[in-house]
Amino acid sequence: MGAIRTKADSQSYTFEGFGSDKFPNFMLRGTGDLDNWRLKTYEQRHEGYEALRKALKMDPASVTGEVKASGLRGRGGAGFPTGLKWTFMPKDTEERAFTRYVVCNADEGEPGTFKDRAIMEYNPHQLIEGMLIAGWAMQCKLGFIYVRGEFKWLIDKLDAAIQEARDAGYLGKNILGSGWDFDLLTYRGAGAYICGEETALLNSLEGRRGEPRVKPPFPATKGAYGQPTTVNNVETLASVPVILRIGGAAYAAIGTPNNTGTRIFGVSGQVKRPGLYELPLGTPLDFLVNDLAGGCSTGKKIKAIIPGGCSAPMLDAKDFDCPMDFDAMKARGTMAGSGGVIVMDENVCIVEAVLRLTRFYAHESCGQCTPCREGCNWLEMVLHRIEHGEGRPGDLDLIASLTPRINLRTLCPLGDAACGPIDSALQKFRHEFEHHIEHKTCFVKGPKLTAGISVH
Amino acid sequence: MNHPLPPETSDRPLAPGQRLSRSARKSLSPETEGEILALAAKYPDKLAATLPALYLAQAELGFAGLEAMKEVARILAIPEGHVFGVATFYTMFHQKPVGKFHLQVCTNLCCALRGGAQLFEQLCTRLAVQPGGVSLDGLWSVEEAECLGSCGTGPCLQVNHEVYEEFLDETRLDAVIEACMRGAVPEWGK
Ligand SMILES: Cc1cc2nc3c(=O)[nH]c(=O)nc-3n(C[C@H](O)[C@H](O)[C@H](O)COP(=O)(O)O)c2cc1C
Ligand code: SF4
Ligand code: FES
Repeated sequence: MGAIRTKADSQSYTFEGFGSDKFPNFMLRGTGDLDNWRLKTYEQRHEGYEALRKALKMDPASVTGEVKASGLRGRGGAGFPTGLKWTFMPKDTEERAFTRYVVCNADEGEPGTFKDRAIMEYNPHQLIEGMLIAGWAMQCKLGFIYVRGEFKWLIDKLDAAIQEARDAGYLGKNILGSGWDFDLLTYRGAGAYICGEETALLNSLEGRRGEPRVKPPFPATKGAYGQPTTVNNVETLASVPVILRIGGAAYAAIGTPNNTGTRIFGVSGQVKRPGLYELPLGTPLDFLVNDLAGGCSTGKKIKAIIPGGCSAPMLDAKDFDCPMDFDAMKARGTMAGSGGVIVMDENVCIVEAVLRLTRFYAHESCGQCTPCREGCNWLEMVLHRIEHGEGRPGDLDLIASLTPRINLRTLCPLGDAACGPIDSALQKFRHEFEHHIEHKTCFVKGPKLTAGISVH
Repeated sequence: MNHPLPPETSDRPLAPGQRLSRSARKSLSPETEGEILALAAKYPDKLAATLPALYLAQAELGFAGLEAMKEVARILAIPEGHVFGVATFYTMFHQKPVGKFHLQVCTNLCCALRGGAQLFEQLCTRLAVQPGGVSLDGLWSVEEAECLGSCGTGPCLQVNHEVYEEFLDETRLDAVIEACMRGAVPEWGK
């Protein structure tokens, strides 16, 4: 077992006014403080496990009802209503009792996303409490936290936190006298982005290759080890104690009507103060990028922003005022995704940026279905030759004919995700691609983005 | 092939399909074997122990080559083919040996926007290693990594399974290399 990390990270977590009624701090309490993860701190300073006590006094269906009333939508990418998802779990009948599982998706592999890590680093007990409440609401027997393999130190920390909770009687048999037994296990992934997809995650959790499953059956019918399972993101589960504590209606009052509560936005790329900012949903993108993250770090104009993790189609300057919520982003042709905001200035070569992302998808494709496995490789090859000054006149049409053959024709959404950046870049920055093909060189003169392979 | 091969060593891993003579097979220590068996009991199904068992085998043998896979399959009493499929699917199981210090630099977009690609090239030159290869003295191996979940503090570097270095620049790169040489960073598998 490795040591629990003692080095604080140096990114921004806060801003002026954070923690006030306008910008409530639910998810990032105590970030930056290395002792914040302990049970003692959580109980004394952050009203720890009060929500669990409250939930255990309610019947499971009303707990789910409270989450439904809060309007909470999944923070993992798709924004699916959490309360509704929980109701898909089958209930015990007289003929049949089920073994149900709740699984926390802590795979965090989407480039641009680094929020779940902060929750596990500084507030693991908030996640544990959230899983307990979810476990109670769905009457689960066991919970799993699937953490990506690179976060070994976080797994050690989670294990330590789980042990603390066990010793205090929050986990194990007859929790707080309720007569309900529940426990948590961590599971370490081994470096595959696709394991973030929920059915691939379940395969990996069972010790198999992380290949997405054919749906249906959906996890709520046949999930981990063939049993009914609900998969939720870390941030989603860590929001649950907050909802129980302040009440679903109060939570729903934050944000915009169909997009409630707060979420953690991660800003990366060329900004002055990259980091994590928790904001109510519906906050405008340019407020986050310019006012909180300090605007462009290179002093240039911002050319493009990817608003929701690298799978989200990119936005150009005319859309920087977009409110950051699921519906508004969708209306502008992109998605709120995982809340990872990637900022690129006008010196960034869009062709090269897209090439880098496509290389990522081609590398991470699990290889199960042909459109994704072959298509991503073809896209990478075509983009590679354009970037290298060997582009051919028909290449843009070739790309435009390839993406519709991948998009929505694959087993899992990775294929669609791979098409998002290319399609949006071609639509908004077509002249850069054309310049590359025509002049065999780059439209801009920024530093290069790919190691060893570029014409710059 | 009917003559026995020399054992799979760290500088000469076996190719798939190659066999070891029975006497040359390396086995895992009884302690590791015990740990793997304990893992099998921890999860609802023993198959779930495949990944954690491969991590243990990799830590003991240095890399997850065929030997490690066969041992895992034997101890858990699961098909060798299953273990092979799993070990080759995930990038964190290395079929070939890595250096004592396995350095991964994230060069995905967010880190690249802050100079990740250049740092990766510098690192390769400084340590005289090819990407994906091991230096002649066996100390270093360098790899381009996909997003390591530190995009806000990129470019970032991971050494073995433990240390992250963030906001990496040349000075910090020097400091990490120096710390490795000083013995302040646990070696691969330790
Ligand atoms: C290729 C791919 C990668 C994904 N990666 C993640 C991830 O790293 N973390 C995550 O929470 N969800 C990820 N998801 C989304 C999950 O499939 C799933 O929607 C999510 O865990 C559901 O949780 P939620 O309802 O709480 O959002 C990914 C989806 C796809 C298609
Ligand atoms: S879309 Fe890609 S990653 Fe998803 S199942 Fe098909 S091949 Fe695998
Ligand atoms: S892109 Fe480098 S850590 Fe995420």
